[in-house]
Amino acid sequence: MARPIPLKLVEDTARELMARAAIDIPADYREGVARARARERNRLARFVLTEMERNWDIATAERRPMCADTGLPRYYVRAGNEAVVEGGFVALERALRRATADATAAIPLRPNRVHPLTRADHDNNVGVHAPEVTYAFEPGGDWLDLTTVHKGGLFGTDYRMLFPADGVGGIKRFFVDTLVEFGRRGLACQPAIMGVGLGGSKDTCVRLGKEAACLRLVGSANPDPVVARLEEELTALGNHVGIGAMGFVGTSLVVATHVEIAYTHTGGLPVAIHSFCLSSRRATARLHADGRVEFRADPGWFTDHYRRAGVE
Amino acid sequence: MIARLDDVRMDEVHLATPVAPEALARLKLGDVVYLSGALYTAREGVYRMVVDEGRDFPAEVRALTNVNFHCSPAASVRPDGTYAVEAVTATASFRFGRSMPRWFERSGATVVVGKAGLTERAYREWFVPHGAVYLTTVGYGMGAAYGQAIRRVAGVHWLSELGIAQALWVLEVERLGPFLVEGDAEGRSLFALANREIALRLDEVYRGLPPYAMGRFGETTARTDEVV
Repeated sequence: MARPIPLKLVEDTARELMARAAIDIPADYREGVARARARERNRLARFVLTEMERNWDIATAERRPMCADTGLPRYYVRAGNEAVVEGGFVALERALRRATADATAAIPLRPNRVHPLTRADHDNNVGVHAPEVTYAFEPGGDWLDLTTVHKGGLFGTDYRMLFPADGVGGIKRFFVDTLVEFGRRGLACQPAIMGVGLGGSKDTCVRLGKEAACLRLVGSANPDPVVARLEEELTALGNHVGIGAMGFVGTSLVVATHVEIAYTHTGGLPVAIHSFCLSSRRATARLHADGRVEFRADPGWFTDHYRRAGVE
Repeated sequence: MIARLDDVRMDEVHLATPVAPEALARLKLGDVVYLSGALYTAREGVYRMVVDEGRDFPAEVRALTNVNFHCSPAASVRPDGTYAVEAVTATASFRFGRSMPRWFERSGATVVVGKAGLTERAYREWFVPHGAVYLTTVGYGMGAAYGQAIRRVAGVHWLSELGIAQALWVLEVERLGPFLVEGDAEGRSLFALANREIALRLDEVYRGLPPYAMGRFGETTARTDEVV
């Protein structure tokens, strides 16, 4: 049996990831926004993007959260098949909850999490089913990959059951509907990384769209060439709508589109759309049993194994 | 007269709080505004108490400033009882429109800073009669840059009842901005201007995109319409 990954290492790393996510804009997204700004002709939209770049510089220099709406902090955990955590996975999840509460006070994050009816707030971003922890497994490893994502989410998402007769044209219409609905007045805080879930059952579809937005690097393409072509077409279409940053007329609506698919019901074509905003916050580290921690930019969530199609 | 987005001059304006009515009357759509002085955060939690439940708006805050920021800060209470407010950004304002007329009466606010503005109708019916204008934050999400302009937390009200995110935070600020003039003293809206120009293009954008095989209720205009 492999050596256990120390629990304290999990908790300390989770706290550090929370700070990095809240403060440091990921380089891949920042470069995507810089390209969008270079293309943008509208003066107001360009002004917005220039100010955002200044904001990211201040956040990193002063270790302040880049945005005061620090979203709904959550975790994605990928364990190598041979990984062992001190105290087991129940202890791991407790450590992640403690790290969330501690980081909320220390950074500070905005305590966003409330009871949906009473609106009661524990002021620590912890509550029923909060933070979410999503698990996945990978063959051949004794490490643990820990990713945190801080995503807002009031605007810019939608789900719809389409049908095979709707086809790619229907997907495009729904994509444009969502962009026009949430792009005006800049409600979606664009330019955004658009995540599209296609297929699966409803919950799988929505989950994949979210993971596509939050857990893939700008510049990455889906390995399925049919899906990759749709990604490019949706990005071009999104930037043709005529809406820029903050809902001014312009071309800076979409930084990248990531599409993830799941096999679905033969009669249906479910589509889920998510947008990751001007504060596209994520941070990842790999934890080893010997105490090493490697921070890296790429969550590495969508592996070949994760997207596996065959029986074995 | 600003009739199109291209007419916007983006003149830089510095305002001190409390902001005088004459200064508000001079603001033009798209002017780039910086605020110095004091302002306070208030959103649905505070509105519920003051507008719906009739609690008194703190007199000392009313005396200090007339600027209401639609904001929840990334803040915490330190172990020694002092406050850490590191980042401030706005939340979408249209959700609070219904509360605004009574709020203006009870708080004396005449400047609202928020995200994404309200409709021109909302400005005409709810803002203009109270001499109020709307400034939109930029981005959105300039939390660190705006946070850097905070000099001091002057006070916090209803922290225990409303929690950190919804409490009324009074902030002393220096050159807080940039904001853009979104709703002017006559009830015109910068976003409405942009939306009219965006709408001109939409027919062309949708050309070639087929209608859905099945509609959704709400996309039809009559209750008797079918969705297929």
